[in-house]
Parts: sequence; structure tokens; C-alpha cells
Amino acid sequence: MSAALTDGPARASWALTGLMRGVLPVLSVLMAIIAIWYGASMMMNRAWTLDQMQRQNIDMTPIEIIAAAMTQERPVLPAPHQVAAEIWNTTIGEPIMRERRGQMQGNPRNLIFHAYHTLWPTILGFAIGGFLGVLLAVGIVHSRAMDMSVMPWAIASQTIPILAIAPIIVVVVSNLPALNAAVDQGWISDDTKLLVPKALISSYLSFFPVVVGMVAGLRSPQASDLDLMRTYSASRSQTFWKLRLPAAVPFLFTSLKVSIAAALVGTIVAELPTGARFGLGARLLTGSYYGQTIQIWSALFMAAICAAALVMILGALERVVLKRMGARA
Amino acid sequence: MVQPATALDAATPGPVIAARNLDLTFATNDGPVHALRDVNLTIDKGEFVSFIGPSGCGKTTLLRVIAALEHPTGGTITVNGMTPDAARIQRAYGYVFQAAGLYPWRSIEKNIKLPLEIMGFDRAEQDRRVRDVLALVDLEGFGKKFPWQLSGGMQQRASIARALAFDADILLMDEPFGALDEIVRDHLNEQLLTLWARTGKTIGFVTHSIPEAVYLSTKIVVMSPRPGRITDIIESDLPRARPLDIRDTPEFLAIAHRVREGLRAGHAYED
Repeated sequence: MSAALTDGPARASWALTGLMRGVLPVLSVLMAIIAIWYGASMMMNRAWTLDQMQRQNIDMTPIEIIAAAMTQERPVLPAPHQVAAEIWNTTIGEPIMRERRGQMQGNPRNLIFHAYHTLWPTILGFAIGGFLGVLLAVGIVHSRAMDMSVMPWAIASQTIPILAIAPIIVVVVSNLPALNAAVDQGWISDDTKLLVPKALISSYLSFFPVVVGMVAGLRSPQASDLDLMRTYSASRSQTFWKLRLPAAVPFLFTSLKVSIAAALVGTIVAELPTGARFGLGARLLTGSYYGQTIQIWSALFMAAICAAALVMILGALERVVLKRMGARA
Repeated sequence: MVQPATALDAATPGPVIAARNLDLTFATNDGPVHALRDVNLTIDKGEFVSFIGPSGCGKTTLLRVIAALEHPTGGTITVNGMTPDAARIQRAYGYVFQAAGLYPWRSIEKNIKLPLEIMGFDRAEQDRRVRDVLALVDLEGFGKKFPWQLSGGMQQRASIARALAFDADILLMDEPFGALDEIVRDHLNEQLLTLWARTGKTIGFVTHSIPEAVYLSTKIVVMSPRPGRITDIIESDLPRARPLDIRDTPEFLAIAHRVREGLRAGHAYED
């Protein structure tokens, strides 16, 4: 048999096995989750269907009961297809903008609109938190006084329940004279003003992983790497820029990925106790007010999709940066 | 007992490195550790000096004292006639560590540029020097590679190139070939001698291989541990041009024998 003959099919089947090897486990886990979910949703929603059946005095076959349990308007646990349909209807099925009082505005029936209102403060909070985290880490590594004084406070800050201080932050920040003056002057809009406390709460949660990761990263160079710098009589800032900082980059990306997920949680939590009108947190809140479990679950999924997307973007950035820094492909 | 101090008395004008009654004690949790005691040594310009001895004899510590990476607790030492700290600031030496210690995020070229950037050479000069030292260690064409793409021997050569880049007169090498296999090591030893002949640098070389020390050096400093001290200083009378098979000559074996005797004498102090 010639190589040319076997090459094509062999390669194709190899590619197929490769694909199967990668996709199959993921698919089976997904199938299992969906199966368990359907089972759980069936068990939890059945009671209400049976109750209805009794009240209305009608007879239903088991198949009909199952079908009814899967199509309730306010199920205890919505079935996967209900959540999927809700997500579809509130993203693709709704215009993002709508006309109101003669001008185009964001459409609050659209989930993407809410995601947008959560994502902006998240990204802003993540940027503030990440910057602050790096700054604190640099201080901690270079100053013994900061090492001893800042780190305990950073840890303590994370033990405070964010849900408890979020309203305080919102009230304080909304009444900041500088911020109100900025609105009065027309420098920022009212919508932007609402974004500030959310971003701050989000940065409060997101700076911590960066501090911890960056401190570890900046301290990762070995004694001999530092000795090399000493043999060149390098200054502290040269040692920082040419050794500590590049050595910390892999650590930085790992902690940024944790941090951006925390930032998203921070924003959503900030929306909960403050009666925010827009945002995934607001969506969760209205869903729970009106018992719209399907809406709650679709908002949760939207949050998960956002988190996954943000982490993936950082992951892609990480690959590009580390590749340029000579990491093995 | 050998009296190393007598070897110093032939005072050559301006030795490159001169140590007198050097002492270094580290304070540790288990009490003081005598890393160096009463070390007397003179190294002249252009010499190739090996420091040999078992682990803990202070050979690396002595090299680090010369480099001002450690500071003696007693005695005096001068490098180019000044304190080691002052000499370091004047870029008196290049240091090669046991591990190549190339920064993994820099290409070979960029690694060699590291000291040049820190010392403020301009771009064109940096490029010129990188080209020159890469040629000197036989690594032309590898400048754009990253360290992990090179073999261990090539990485160590790159690290030597980095130490040579700013053209210090002294090259301090701390077991640079210790982690490499024998064949690569032989090859690098040969190359190092060629490089030494071409550049005329003063080299301090830590090793625990007797053949390596004898093959490379014009002067062999034999050391022994607890406390770290010099037990013998051997001036080698081998010719400077040394093919690898010089290691089978009686002269070579005689020196190797004396080194071995010195090492054994050092061990006699132990209980």
C-alpha cells in the first residue's frame, strides 16, 4: 500500500479522533447536566401540576403531567428549554433600542441591554481594581512597612460582606459633591453617575486577587536572578522593570482572570440592594419580586456567559503576550 | 601544613585581586558558620585561577566576596586596587553563575543586551557588542532564539557571552559547567581556553572537578571546609596552549596528583 493512498483517510480519521477526544468528554458532561436538570425540574414542578389537576378536577396521563410540569409559567425550577427560549426571546427576539418619548433608548425588555449595563461597571471596576492591585503589590514588595501594614487590611477588606456595605457605598458615592457638581456641569450624564458606585464595589472585590498574585509574581525571581542584577550594580527600578515585572506577568494574568470574574459578581451584587433599574442584578431582582423564575435563570446564564467571555478574552490576551515573551507554544 | 601566604610574597606590581587575612562568618540560627578563615591570595592580570575543594569549603563564597555579593567580616580584599564594591560599580567583572540564568522572556540577543541596557550603552553599540560576543562563543545565528530553544551547553555559552558583553577585565565563573555532561564540558573547556587566549582576561573559576581545574588553570587554589580555608596554591607550569590530550601527559598527572593530595590534607582536619 502506498503512503499517498493511506495518508488522506488516516489523517482524516486522526483528526476525527482528536476532535472526539476533545469534544466527547465536554459533550457527555453537558448531556449529564442537562439530564439531571430535566430530572430535578420534573420532580420539583410536578407538585404544582398535580395540585392544579386536583383543584380543577381533571385527569391527566403521566405523559401529560410531565409535559405540563415542563411548561409552567412560573416553575420552581425551569426546564433547560424554557431558559433557552427565554434567553432567545429576550436577546434576538427583542430590539435592543426602542423609541420612548420621542427618542431612542435602550430597551429594558432586552437582556443584552441589561448585560451592557452590568458589563461597563464591571470593566471599569476591573480596571480600577487591577491598577490598584498592581500598585499595592509593588508597594508591598518594595517597602517592608507596607508589607506589614497593607496586607492585613487587604485581607480584612475581603471578609466584610459586600452585600452589607454596598448600600452604604451607593449612598455615599451618590451624594459626593464632586460627582454631583460634575453632573450639574454636564461633564457626565446621570447614567454615568449611576455607574460609579457599581464600578467602585466591583473594584473592591477585584483588587484583592491581583494584589495576592502580583506580590507572589514580583517575588518569584530566584536569588541568582537577583544576584545577576547586583553584579551589574542595577538600581532598584532597573531590577523592577527588567526582572521583577516580566517575571510577574504569568502570575498577573492568572490573578486577572480570577479578578474579572470577581468584578462581575461585585457589580451584580451592587445592583441587588440598591434598587437598580438596569443591569443583570436588577433583572434578577425584578425576577424574584414577581416570581419569574425563568427570567432569573436566564439572567444567571447571561451573567455566566459574560464571565466566560471576559475570562476568555483575558486568556487570549495572555496567550499573545506570553508568546511574545518567549513561552513555549 | 602548607603556608599559602608565602606564595604571595613575590609582590607583582598591582595585582588584580589581593586578599589578606580574609575572614567571613555567617550568623545562622545554629550559631556562627565560618565560611572563610584567614584567606591570603593574589591574582595577577591575565591569570586563570581555579578554586577547587569539596562542598562547603567556601570557594563560591570567596568568588562572591570578590564580586561584592558577600562582604567579609575580617581582613582586606582589593579588586583592581579598590574595594570590591567600588570595583563592581566600575564594571570590573562579569559573573557567570552555575545555572545559565538566562531570563526566559528575553531572546538570547536580549539577554546579552541586559547588562548593556542597564549600563546605558546606546543601541548601535549594543547591537555591535551582541554580534561580537555571539561570535566569540560560537553562537552566531542564535540571537533571536529563546533560551529554552537552546541546549544546556549553548545556554551556558550564551550566559558567558552575556558576562563578556560589557568587556570587563575579570571573568568570575561559579561552576559554570557543573550541570553539563562530560563531553559537552570538554568541548566548552577547550572553547573557554581559546576565548581566554584571545581576550587576555583574568579568570576566576570555581569547580570541583580536578581534571577541569588542572586543564584550565595557570594557578589552582585548593580549599577545604569547616572552616573554609586555602590549603594549597599550585602554580601550573603547563604550556598555555593546551590540547585536550594534554591530560594524559605525566606533567598534567603530577599536578592533578598534587591537587588530590591537597584535598586529602584538607580532609585530615575532620574528625
